[in-house]
Amino acid sequence: MPKPDSASKVLLRGRDITRRWGGLVALNKVSVELERGSLHAVIGTNGAGKSTLINILSGEFPPSEGQVELLGQDVTDWSQPKRARSGLGRSYQRNTIYPSFSVMENCRLAAQARKPAPWAWWQSAARCEVSTAAAHDAAVRVGLGNALDRTAGLLSHGQKRQLEIAMCLATGPEVLLLDEPLAGMGAEETERMLTLLEQLRPDHAILLVEHDMDAVFRAADRITVMVNGQVIASGSPDFIRNSPEVKTAYLGDH
Amino acid sequence: MTNNDTSKSVFVAAIFAALAIYPFTGSEFGTDLVTTTMVFAIFALSLELLVGGTGLVCFGQAAFFGIGAYSAVLLSPQYDPGSVAILLPAAVLTAALYALFVGALSLRTKGVYFIMVTLAFAQMAYFVVHDTSLGGGTDGIYMTVKPTLGAIDLGDTQALYWVTYVLLIAVFVFLAVLSRSRFGRALAGIRVNEQRMRATGFSTYPYKLAAFTISGAIAGLGGFLFAVKDGAVNPELMSWHLSGSVLVMIILGGIGHLRGALIGAFAFVLLEELFKSEAIFGEFSKHWHLGLGMTIIASVALLPRGLVGLPGQWGQHLLGRATRRAEDMEVQNAKA
Ligand SMILES: Nc1ncnc2c1ncn2[C@@H]1O[C@H](COP(=O)(O)OP(=O)(O)O)[C@@H](O)[C@H]1O
Ligand SMILES: [Mg+2]
Repeated sequence: MPKPDSASKVLLRGRDITRRWGGLVALNKVSVELERGSLHAVIGTNGAGKSTLINILSGEFPPSEGQVELLGQDVTDWSQPKRARSGLGRSYQRNTIYPSFSVMENCRLAAQARKPAPWAWWQSAARCEVSTAAAHDAAVRVGLGNALDRTAGLLSHGQKRQLEIAMCLATGPEVLLLDEPLAGMGAEETERMLTLLEQLRPDHAILLVEHDMDAVFRAADRITVMVNGQVIASGSPDFIRNSPEVKTAYLGDH
Repeated sequence: MTNNDTSKSVFVAAIFAALAIYPFTGSEFGTDLVTTTMVFAIFALSLELLVGGTGLVCFGQAAFFGIGAYSAVLLSPQYDPGSVAILLPAAVLTAALYALFVGALSLRTKGVYFIMVTLAFAQMAYFVVHDTSLGGGTDGIYMTVKPTLGAIDLGDTQALYWVTYVLLIAVFVFLAVLSRSRFGRALAGIRVNEQRMRATGFSTYPYKLAAFTISGAIAGLGGFLFAVKDGAVNPELMSWHLSGSVLVMIILGGIGHLRGALIGAFAFVLLEELFKSEAIFGEFSKHWHLGLGMTIIASVALLPRGLVGLPGQWGQHLLGRATRRAEDMEVQNAKA
């Protein structure tokens, strides 16, 4: 079956997404495109609607209006698990790890989504090579290779953030939606994460919500600036840096 | 296998070994009582799969137990012994079907609503047998002839003891294997953080429904054995008292551990017998509910991790708090 969008590099597209919470308009006609091989950063003040955007793109809850397209298909009505199985991975701003499980088991359980086989009740999950290999790989990539047996809840804050990303990678997604992955990381951990993003970029489409402006301007191919649920500017890092609207509305306040 | 795992396995093996020796030493009354307790242990294990395994607090587990029991009696021939090979699967299947129905609807709700909806469905089953002639109304009905399995007559106290013993081991091993499988790990993930599981790509509803149905089936197995042992069923088997009692059993033993359900069932039945005993409590034994209730409140307050947490608690006093944090985290998750 020919995939309609396989020629284009756009893997995920949000069209005119609006989300209202009662009277509050958290998102107002926001459109984004994520291309393979490109890192798209979304910045904006607290409450601008960045997490809401990720939630809607990943299917956590539906938009009030607008569409989401994944790999050329309209997935607006798809459940979150179905989108995830089709190659959409996300991380959370607030850690959503399994604190009582080991680092390895956190990653393995995420990777298990690749080969869930729930009917194989007699087989130990730890024997599933697909998930253990993917889990091991993801943990090593984020820098938790020497902490595999540690209880996740006892990790340092920075390590928990790394684990959050590892769990996202373990499912093998093509599209990554990362909600403030660097928040709370030390300088060394940040550097490692930026290197990792660099490695992931060629064959992934990445949306990065981040407050660390140095990191954003270094890593991003494209930046979208949001204020109060609206996109006020979108373009290359140079364009954003020199945009007068962005200066007055956002960067100037810093 | 870690040291800890080994000591747990040794502990469980010791329980089953003790149960294998018991009928050779105990009285007929004792054997009968231990059979009842093993039936409750099966029942408690069924609920542990939901509460400890999946994080679903079901307050209507007695409905499945009762349906298993009623099926066994209603499907038994009046004058000839029924066949275990037919009655047992039939009881299990009927309970599983009702669980599938209840689960399909109740799993759309969460938290305290889930608790109330499961209770409501159990009450529904209760009133069907209580207020219609289907199952003899309030008086219940009798199983006049006990079923047989080939040459084994379940009317015989010893035979029933061994059949129950084997089934208890089978259920325990099944659940232990299940909890290590991908299905079991997914249930654990749902218990700890369902949102993350969904974001990862697991459709959690079918997983929960499967767990609910399996749980109902196991409770139905317990109900079948109970009906055979007692030779009678009545609506109280589906009452919320029994749903509450089985919850207390797993809390007492320690939620999140299969052996907790095992220990909890024994502790509960022993406490009940203790407080009912006139020899020990004299007049007060009439108010055994009070004694039992107070003991349960005290033990929950003193043993937040249940009886299975007891060695760990002692260890802390002796060794300091090294292992404390990780274990507390487990408790937090069990609650979440
Ligand atoms: N579940 C919700 N219910 C009501 N309002 C919400 C909810 N989630 C987010 N909001 C509101 O939507 C706006 C955008 O929030 P969010 O997307 O979290 O912003 P950001 O991630 O950019 O800081 C905020 O005003 C927030 O209060
Ligand atoms: Mg946010």
